[in-house]
Amino acid sequence: MVTQDASSAVAEAFTEEWGRIVATLIARTGDWDLAEDCAQQAFTEAVRRWPRDGVPRQPGAWLTTVARNRAVDRLRHERMKEERLRTATDLMSAIPPDEPDPTRGEEDESGIADDRLRLMFTCCHPALPLEGRVALTLRTLAGLTTAEIARAFLVPEATMAKRLVRAKGKIAHARIPYRVPPAHLLPERTGSVLAVLYLLFNEGYKASAGPDLVRADLCREAIRLARVLDGLMPDEPEAGGLLALVLFQHSRRLARVDEHGELVTLEEQDRSRWDRGEIDEAAAILDRALARHSAGPYQLQAAIAACHARSPRPDATDWARIATLYERLLGVMPQPIVALNHAIAVAMAQGPDQGLVLVDELDASGALSGYYLLHATRADLLRRLGRVADARAAYLQALELTSSDAERRFLRRRVAETAPL
Amino acid sequence: MKYMMFVCVEEDTELTPEESREIGPATEAWVAEMDGRGVRLQGNQLAPITDATTVRVRGGEVVISDGPFTEAKEQIGGYDILECADLDEAIEVASKHPVARYGMLEVRPFVEW
Repeated sequence: MVTQDASSAVAEAFTEEWGRIVATLIARTGDWDLAEDCAQQAFTEAVRRWPRDGVPRQPGAWLTTVARNRAVDRLRHERMKEERLRTATDLMSAIPPDEPDPTRGEEDESGIADDRLRLMFTCCHPALPLEGRVALTLRTLAGLTTAEIARAFLVPEATMAKRLVRAKGKIAHARIPYRVPPAHLLPERTGSVLAVLYLLFNEGYKASAGPDLVRADLCREAIRLARVLDGLMPDEPEAGGLLALVLFQHSRRLARVDEHGELVTLEEQDRSRWDRGEIDEAAAILDRALARHSAGPYQLQAAIAACHARSPRPDATDWARIATLYERLLGVMPQPIVALNHAIAVAMAQGPDQGLVLVDELDASGALSGYYLLHATRADLLRRLGRVADARAAYLQALELTSSDAERRFLRRRVAETAPL
Repeated sequence: MKYMMFVCVEEDTELTPEESREIGPATEAWVAEMDGRGVRLQGNQLAPITDATTVRVRGGEVVISDGPFTEAKEQIGGYDILECADLDEAIEVASKHPVARYGMLEVRPFVEW
């Protein structure tokens, strides 16, 4: 066994097994810090021993056994508390050393057997602050270090450490149960898990123009966790919807930034640089999810992304279908930003005058009055209708509201174009 | 696991006549259900904040003032002590309290020794 193989085997095992090992140890001991420490020690041990002894046949089982033994040792050392000792005894009997797959949990009320799923639902419990849910998910399920998570979210490491301590503290003190919620809570709680994974993806995606590779890693972790969730919840089509959605978006990562690091609009992207493999995978996952006839927000957004992915050229885009999908999305996600996208799709499908009616309605509601994109969209529709003076006024309004340099440059160009002769 | 549940309403919450009529019987029904399940150990409604007195000792002197110690517009109108399996049960119990529909409930664990 050569060293190179061993270290790549450790790296691979880390990606595959970290979350599983932590989840199992939390299930057995109820101690989140102990679980993380012992998982870390198991990997340290692997780094030391695999190059010398060879990579074990079942790396996951090997790592779990080492981590479990460490946990047992640690709990033994903490004999002061009688209850902990009992836990240690349970631990040893619960996972006999020779069991081939020691990572498998027992089924709970929901009928879903996997400790990672329990861990996901616990990390994403709505009683935790959103930022705590995100941090905890990255730490315990993805195995990112506190420093890495801090860098990814552009906060000092001490701030992130405090966030993690608080979240774990609340789980323990307020007794947030370590479980997949029972059926009557499942839809609502699944929504929270999906939202955290999507936030994770977007956090990485919106920054992938920059040089920070840790942030690109967030996209990869989000996709991986969405894949795990989809695999563990085959009856939840929104899990497939989320996975398809992030894959569709990720497929455009190379085309959405130009050589100067500027964002390229969907319309102007070089579609030959879209990742066909990811698009095909996303399409298959989406079809499977949609076949269950219970389309929620993630499936609908993925279906919209699929319309773009399928279109060989911008002018071949099926805007009528996109407008219909946005209308359905508006039904399940009645948010002003969805209404704005619906208006844009209607303008593309039926003409700028139809779109303008909807944008004006939205403008009158005041919901997005401080949002530059509302005014930029209105300006664009007015321009296309030949109402140059109105367009210019709207461009100026948009210009006042944006703080992004790239947007400013674009809007200034438009203002100049609509200047009175 | 013991939780303190504070029953809060905003200062100037106005109930519709229908809500005013229903709140008494609805609260009694909630108390009966939760007592029956054994999740409610005790609880009480509190007199309005105009009857509250705040007490401090500063420099050895007892300083007394009229009113509650917080300036918040949400006010604690009552409390219940719950004994629940976990936070999810406490959330479920709180969400069934009739005041949840127009006020809010804060569920806080007791420190366990």
